[in-house]
Amino acid sequence: MTGMLSRTADNLYWLGRYVERAENAARLIDGTYHLSLLPITPEEHGELWRRLFQSNEELELFQNKHPGFDDDSVVEHMVLDPENPSSIVSCMDAARDNTRAARAELTTEISQCMNQTWMDIRGINMDKIHERGIQDFLDLIKERAHLFQGVIYGTMRRGEPFLFWEMGTALERAENTSRLILARSNSFHRAHRRDDGFDFYRWGTFLRSANAYSAYRQIYGDIDPVSVAEMLILNTTIPRSLLACIEDTTDILKTLRREAQCAEMSERLAAEVRSMRLDQVLRSGLENFLHDFRNQVHALSDQIRADFMMVR
Amino acid sequence: MRLTIAHETFYKFEEPAKHSIQYLRMTPGSSACQQVLSWSVSTQGTLTPWIDGFGNSVHVSTIDNEHDEIKVVVEGVVDTFDTSGVLASRDGLPPQLFLRDTPFTEIGEATLALAEEVKESIASDTLSGLHNLTNLIADKVTYLSGATTVETSAEEAVVAGSGVCQDHAHIFLTCARWCGIPSRYVSGYLLAGQGNDSHVASHAWAESYLPGLGWVSFDPTNRQSATEEYVRLAIGFDYMGAAPVRGSRLGGGVEEMSVKVQVEQTQN
Amino acid sequence: MKNSDDNEPPKPFDEMLEPDGTVRMAYAQYGEWLHGTSKDTLLRKDEQADMMFRRLGITFTVYGDAESTERMIPFDIIPRILDPHEWDYLSRGAIQRVDAINAFLDDVYHDQAILKAGRIPPELVLNNDAFRPEMLDLDLPRRVYGHIAGVDLVRTGPRDFYVLEDNVRTPSGVSYMLENRQTMMRLFPELFATNHVAPVGRYPTELRNNLKSVAPVGVDDPTIVLLTPGRFNSAYFEHAFLATEMGVRLVEGQDLFVDDGLVYMRTTEGPKRVDVIYRRIDDDFIDPLAFQPHSMLGVPGLLSVVRRGRVTLANAIGSGVADDKAMYVYVPEMIRFYLGEEPILQNVPTYSLRNPDDYKYVIEHLEELVVKEVHGSGGYGMLVGPKSTKAEREAYAQRLKAEPEAFIAQPTLSLSTCPTWVEEGVAPRHVDLRPFVLSGRRTTVMPGGLTRVALKEGSLVVNSSQGGGTKDTWVLER
Repeated sequence: MTGMLSRTADNLYWLGRYVERAENAARLIDGTYHLSLLPITPEEHGELWRRLFQSNEELELFQNKHPGFDDDSVVEHMVLDPENPSSIVSCMDAARDNTRAARAELTTEISQCMNQTWMDIRGINMDKIHERGIQDFLDLIKERAHLFQGVIYGTMRRGEPFLFWEMGTALERAENTSRLILARSNSFHRAHRRDDGFDFYRWGTFLRSANAYSAYRQIYGDIDPVSVAEMLILNTTIPRSLLACIEDTTDILKTLRREAQCAEMSERLAAEVRSMRLDQVLRSGLENFLHDFRNQVHALSDQIRADFMMVR
Repeated sequence: MRLTIAHETFYKFEEPAKHSIQYLRMTPGSSACQQVLSWSVSTQGTLTPWIDGFGNSVHVSTIDNEHDEIKVVVEGVVDTFDTSGVLASRDGLPPQLFLRDTPFTEIGEATLALAEEVKESIASDTLSGLHNLTNLIADKVTYLSGATTVETSAEEAVVAGSGVCQDHAHIFLTCARWCGIPSRYVSGYLLAGQGNDSHVASHAWAESYLPGLGWVSFDPTNRQSATEEYVRLAIGFDYMGAAPVRGSRLGGGVEEMSVKVQVEQTQN
Repeated sequence: MKNSDDNEPPKPFDEMLEPDGTVRMAYAQYGEWLHGTSKDTLLRKDEQADMMFRRLGITFTVYGDAESTERMIPFDIIPRILDPHEWDYLSRGAIQRVDAINAFLDDVYHDQAILKAGRIPPELVLNNDAFRPEMLDLDLPRRVYGHIAGVDLVRTGPRDFYVLEDNVRTPSGVSYMLENRQTMMRLFPELFATNHVAPVGRYPTELRNNLKSVAPVGVDDPTIVLLTPGRFNSAYFEHAFLATEMGVRLVEGQDLFVDDGLVYMRTTEGPKRVDVIYRRIDDDFIDPLAFQPHSMLGVPGLLSVVRRGRVTLANAIGSGVADDKAMYVYVPEMIRFYLGEEPILQNVPTYSLRNPDDYKYVIEHLEELVVKEVHGSGGYGMLVGPKSTKAEREAYAQRLKAEPEAFIAQPTLSLSTCPTWVEEGVAPRHVDLRPFVLSGRRTTVMPGGLTRVALKEGSLVVNSSQGGGTKDTWVLER
């Protein structure tokens, strides 16, 4: 059977995105939580959490419900709040919904894995998190996301459905990594470097949030913001670097339909990233580059919809 | 009588629609009371003809690209004959089928009162009893354009005391069926300038089945049976089944519809 | 009061045990195994089974239950077993019934010979909402309407099987037949080595071939799809399961569209023509331009393609007129009229409340009868006389009085029991049976079916929505 249902392709694409998004959120919260344990002022503490908010809307949503940026409020919001569409629980709900919608294209093992995860997560509340520790819960999410992705890799036929899932995962990674760097874009410049323990710890956490800490230590050794930027943007051996994600997307699109307009678009974007002059970009500020990158990723996902989803 | 018909239905959408599909029941068939000489239906969509369960000629029209309007143009020439309202030909449909209630023709307090008024005369002489019903409806429910919508039921129209030909037909069906007379909805055209409904020549009336006679037409709006000024288009249980257009679309927002119908007598 | 002179009502027929406690032929081997198996083992197997179903995510939706809309149908680890003779009789009876129903449907949408012959009151058909004039004078491939049918049977004695109702709209439950078997084979492989259980696993292939055989004229390699109302439907699991097992696309209404007089689905490679639709959406919602105008579940324009003979719907629109509870009474008449045979399976004696004599009898004997809505399903809205309170009966009588034609009544049958694993161990519980019949090139029935079991002690209501469970159904090959 060639030519899968457009709707199902869309479900698989979003399945990839939501699972990846939940896992990213878990890593981000985990890292921030680590930092918050350091001897810092209450202001710095709040600021750490506040920086996790990705948009003004999200910040507003949070402030409507919670008076301040204490650990519990933030965890409640980012992990458990069903009204926050990017909370971990919301992401997993959406992932399960997409799993069900695409069920006929997935293996039994995949459905089972998602069901098990969903059953384990849905009973979680603040009391249980206090009882077991937030770390424990975040570990569960990370583990299950990796398990889920592993089960897909291990059991799914390498056909169209698989490719749409893989593409969703890759594009979500590209977005997350760019967002992560964007959040700290002003501290990459050498001039901003603070040579104290806290800074080292911060960069370490940052790298962990991108799942790239040990890789970084192996490749670069000492922590240096420029190298960090280089790795997360350009190093194609790091699965979450911008370039790796866009190259993966390009390969998938070419396999799906070589002549599709989105394939060409993706290839152009990859070439653009590949040929960037990092030192120049760092001097003139990363922000413009990242904003432009994110806009291009959005345009790319629109084009993918137009090319494959029979957009109505 | 030779009638020339021009019927234009125009839809204008607030924003572009992406996909539209319509069932067009706009093609008359030939029978003892009419002979279709020429007929055409055209629109910008793809037209595929089919026949529905009642034997009506239908077109399914699909438009698969962006559009902010749909124009359906119908033109044709029909010779009509006066059969005193009797549709002599049998169409093979079991009359009893048309005793069925629909949401438009469910009996209620007000319609029941009308039905009870004519019950006895229908029982003793069906034909004149149904004519009584025709007149009774015309008396009780004044023709008033815009008084009701396409979703108004017979009961609601009687309560309101005013309506259009569609409501008159629904009330007739409700009462006649309640009295056990199989009856059906007819949509069609009426020669301009004739009767009450002169400004819209698109018309609706009813037909009842009388053993021995067959299907006989009753037009409460004009207090008469169909004459050679009438052209039958389609039949159904009610408006929904015989409506000239039923459609569905993706996008488009609010629509505005306008209809122009011209029926003229021409020389043989 | 019924049986007021007996101190103890007669014990119902038990599928496994003779009244004297000896094990029946069908259970000879299994009974021995069960006897030698500890309660602990069964408990463990039961837990294992529960976990397996949970992981698979086999759920159904309970209507009107906002709190937990998704539940699992309890699975019972003790099989319902039929011996080859019982099955031979049952399967012939089920096929005969479905053949007659298909002949009836073809007749009422064409010549209506059975109505003209006065064998069925015409108004029961013509003024039945499930009779769809939209289908009149349309010739279907192989003249089949109910391609997939489920015949609900109950048993009261060794050779006494009664048909409770026929299901020729969108019968469900076949996925349980298949999943229950898979689960049993994983839990008790040793039992399948010693018992010769007829396999049911070919059902999806048979269904697919069956659907292929009713493709529109001129289409040799049809594209088949399964049309579901979507993932919020109570039987969504089954829809997805069957689509996967058949290797066909699981589509929703929004995935299909009508153009150029054909049906297409939206795929990543553009529109692809669809020839056969196994639809699990009711008639009312299948085409908003012909039926319920505001339905979003169906495909606008679908009826036009059906009437042009360019797509086949399974089951056909309008099949429901044959499985109406008011029509049920006449199925034996259909068998005689169309097949010239005597019915193999019996009907439960049924009182139609539209008939004044029956009405009087029913009102006077409510306590002994089961009263059902003619158009109801799923065990909702029925009155089980012997289990009802006086107040319930009085309230129900008011409904009967208001709308007698909407009800039928039947004597309370003493449904057979089957050993079942419950909290206190193995105990008898009432069961029914739904075999699945496929009609196409020929009419076949899978050796097995869905056995539903009323898990509450003494309960006669097996519906999953009312606390019923399911069992694997074994048909022994020898």
